[in-house]
Amino acid sequence: MANYSTSEFKSGLKFMQDGDPCSIIENELVKPGKGQAFNRVKFRNLKTGRVNERTFKSGDRVESADVMEVELEYSYTDGEFWYFMDPTTFEQHAADASAIADCKNWLKEQYIYTITQWNGTPLLVTAPNFVNLTVTDTDPGLKGDTSGGGGKPATLETGAVVRVPLFISIGELLRVDTRSGEYVERAKS
Amino acid sequence: MAINWQPSADIETLIWRAQLLTDVRHFFAERDILEVETPILSQSAPTAPYLDSFTADYIPIGEASSRQAYYLQTSPEFAMKRLLADGSGPIYQLARVFRNGETGGHHSPEFTMLEWYRPGLSVNELIVEVDDFLQQILHTPPAIKRRYQQLFQQYLLIDIFTSSDEEIEHCAIEQITGLPADLQIDRDGWLELLMTHVIEFELEKLNVPVFVYDYPASQAQLAKVVKDNNGNAISARFELYVGGLELANGYDELLDANELQQRFEKDNQQRRSQGKSEMPIDENLLAAMDYGLPECSGVALGIDRLIMLAMNKQTIQAVLSFGFEQS
Repeated sequence: MANYSTSEFKSGLKFMQDGDPCSIIENELVKPGKGQAFNRVKFRNLKTGRVNERTFKSGDRVESADVMEVELEYSYTDGEFWYFMDPTTFEQHAADASAIADCKNWLKEQYIYTITQWNGTPLLVTAPNFVNLTVTDTDPGLKGDTSGGGGKPATLETGAVVRVPLFISIGELLRVDTRSGEYVERAKS
Repeated sequence: MAINWQPSADIETLIWRAQLLTDVRHFFAERDILEVETPILSQSAPTAPYLDSFTADYIPIGEASSRQAYYLQTSPEFAMKRLLADGSGPIYQLARVFRNGETGGHHSPEFTMLEWYRPGLSVNELIVEVDDFLQQILHTPPAIKRRYQQLFQQYLLIDIFTSSDEEIEHCAIEQITGLPADLQIDRDGWLELLMTHVIEFELEKLNVPVFVYDYPASQAQLAKVVKDNNGNAISARFELYVGGLELANGYDELLDANELQQRFEKDNQQRRSQGKSEMPIDENLLAAMDYGLPECSGVALGIDRLIMLAMNKQTIQAVLSFGFEQS
């Protein structure tokens, strides 16, 4: 198994820590003028999504993690797994609920998703920054919550609820920013 | 792949850098402190166990087989002390220095150090001058002073003079999450970790420059070891922290050549036990000190970090025309 020395640490490097694949967010050399050198590392556990901090003695080595990112097209779900297809080989990959997590709100057929795989198994599914989704439910017309903030809630075809302007009605196609979960504009269908 | 040939600092930063160096020279000219230049290459090198010099071979023309080892300076300290011993009076230098292996957001293997020496000035008087320097060059508010012991007492509830090695180690393991389970370091190693991982963050929150002084005698480096008011042995040394960065290190300079030789030899022993090669001791410095170094205080300050603070840059590469990886 390949391994990395602390001198190779940089953001995005994938390594194994306590049995889980992790990705470095921040690496800092900590060394007083004539003192011993350490690397203070902030990293994300790719399995749990949690951010941790750890200090390594400079020169120590860590095991590399076989983590790859692939771009796959969403096909369908059978309720237990979500299936994605490689658009060139037509090979299917099944992601479980923990890999889908919050991305569930933004899954739509034929969109391309970034799948982070560890030893070939999907670990994390990341939505494209923008998807177009149809409104399945919202209060009619311009009636809505006028108490503050403006807008009204609308349920989209995936089940996601976003705040939309008062003029939006059922059946309209909206462009949504998946990172903030916010309405952007009406989409051209 | 496209070659990234462009500077790692933007031109605005380089203009600032030039202005700042002018301001620095002005500061010293006003005080009649002489600018000096000393050799970057030396036949000897510092022995400090965690300081690694670059080596460079001298090869007389046509004599490829008779290489002679030279070292790139890690600071201009030794040569400047030889000038002091010869009666130079107060001197300063803006020196390019080299420290092998040290790469990071706040470290570059090649960087610029401002070092100055003040014969006749006590270390406390030098702290006042460094504070004046900061206020004039960086426009900082007046600095505050904290004793090393006081900081460990206040933030960690340990007494660096009376706590046992085990108590200090336990404190570090309790305070710092994610340390290697098998970490084997000495008392000073644990103290340094508590400094860099706990106390430095507390100092940053104070939002003013902080001089930390009266270091443990075991961290004296090239400073005198003296007794504090309570009779504890301390090193007459200070470090300056600004905005979370370790910016300067100053000493009441050790004058005793025999004492220095013993420290060098102890360092070399420690290097050997770590599997590192011993460094050739600077006999010129020892001879100069034998001849007589005047009572003096001295300080080394990282110019690149000073520019980072002045320009609010997050990495040292952003204030260097070309960072080490692009050099």
